[in-house]
Amino acid sequence: MPIEVHKPGLSTTVQDAGRNGYYDVGIPPSGALDQYSLAAANHLVGNAPHAAALECVYMGPEIGFTEPATIAVTGADIPPRLNGEERPLWESFPVAAGDVLDFGFAKAGARAYIAVAGGIDTPVMLGSRSTYKLGGLGRPLAAGDVLPIGKHSGDFAGRVVPEELRPALSKEVEIRVVMGLYDHVLAPEGRKNFLGSIWTLTPVADRVGFRYKGSELELIERTPPFGAGQDPSNIVDAPYPIGSIQIPGGVEPIILHRDAVSGGGYMMVATVISGDLDVVAQSAPNTRTRFVEISLDEAMAARRDYRQRSQRVADLFA
Amino acid sequence: MPRHEVLAPIPGVFYRRPDPGSPEYVKPGQTVTADDTVGLVEVMKSFHPVLAGVAGTVVDFAVEGESVVDPGQPVVILEVEG
Repeated sequence: MPIEVHKPGLSTTVQDAGRNGYYDVGIPPSGALDQYSLAAANHLVGNAPHAAALECVYMGPEIGFTEPATIAVTGADIPPRLNGEERPLWESFPVAAGDVLDFGFAKAGARAYIAVAGGIDTPVMLGSRSTYKLGGLGRPLAAGDVLPIGKHSGDFAGRVVPEELRPALSKEVEIRVVMGLYDHVLAPEGRKNFLGSIWTLTPVADRVGFRYKGSELELIERTPPFGAGQDPSNIVDAPYPIGSIQIPGGVEPIILHRDAVSGGGYMMVATVISGDLDVVAQSAPNTRTRFVEISLDEAMAARRDYRQRSQRVADLFA
Repeated sequence: MPRHEVLAPIPGVFYRRPDPGSPEYVKPGQTVTADDTVGLVEVMKSFHPVLAGVAGTVVDFAVEGESVVDPGQPVVILEVEG
């Protein structure tokens, strides 16, 4: 049954596993930026892993419950409080009619996921409940919103994701990348600097992209190809993969995330491997980041490991 | 008189003034009410006011203007009536 939004937080959105299949016509997948934490939150309350939950960033919302429910909060260390009393993260707990959930200051990470047994039951748009703000598919929550909750059965309170299956949240991270498709535009020194520098996440970081500061990268000298702009980092327009890293002008790399535009004219020098997109999602401004090059085979192995880890959470409650 | 730290609610760039051409929101020695804005934090391309939260007198800023702050980090120090 419905929950009421008292205060929306900074930007709280309904997100599920995403809206796949429309990127070719410009509609990005959206969905939870940290897919592991979304799935874990859902498992904790007995939902399917792809069910819709609330994603909040840096600051939690304040929401009221009109009926008893089971909820869980995962992801960033933004401590939940029920009627002012702190509740654990990564554990499901019951709420009663009239209870109010709010949050303390973010201690680590960037994005928390609030799952409710039954799932957030807002309308499905193109196969997903995920909010895509730029495209007008849903919008961030506002005070006074009432969110319907789906049907559920069973009592799932008291489920816990053990420590070793919770992601490490750090202000110093390594993000694994596969180089390409346009890394040939980097001069040898520029390539060395891209992989050797410490990059600091700027406050310009949202669901579309994450912008980093660090060194300036040397590019090769070349005549721009026909159809490309005049900046040395311009290419003939090409599709942008989710996780691709573009470097306009050779300064300030941007990692595109799940609300990204589908294409454009900046060289992409590398792509973040799928499992490490969660690490990007949990990066707060000032996070010191190193890009680590791995091969495609290593990336495939990392994806297997990531899926196995997610499966271990599912198996806990099967 | 007891001191009260005004904390940044979110991470981002802290600004002491609404725009480069305007004076600072508050100055040391100035009295403020709970609802007064003492600064801004910019994150995700938008600006969020930081409110004093309590009535008091501004002692000092705790961070430089345009520095990057973490959530829960003190940005302004107030003296409040004990």
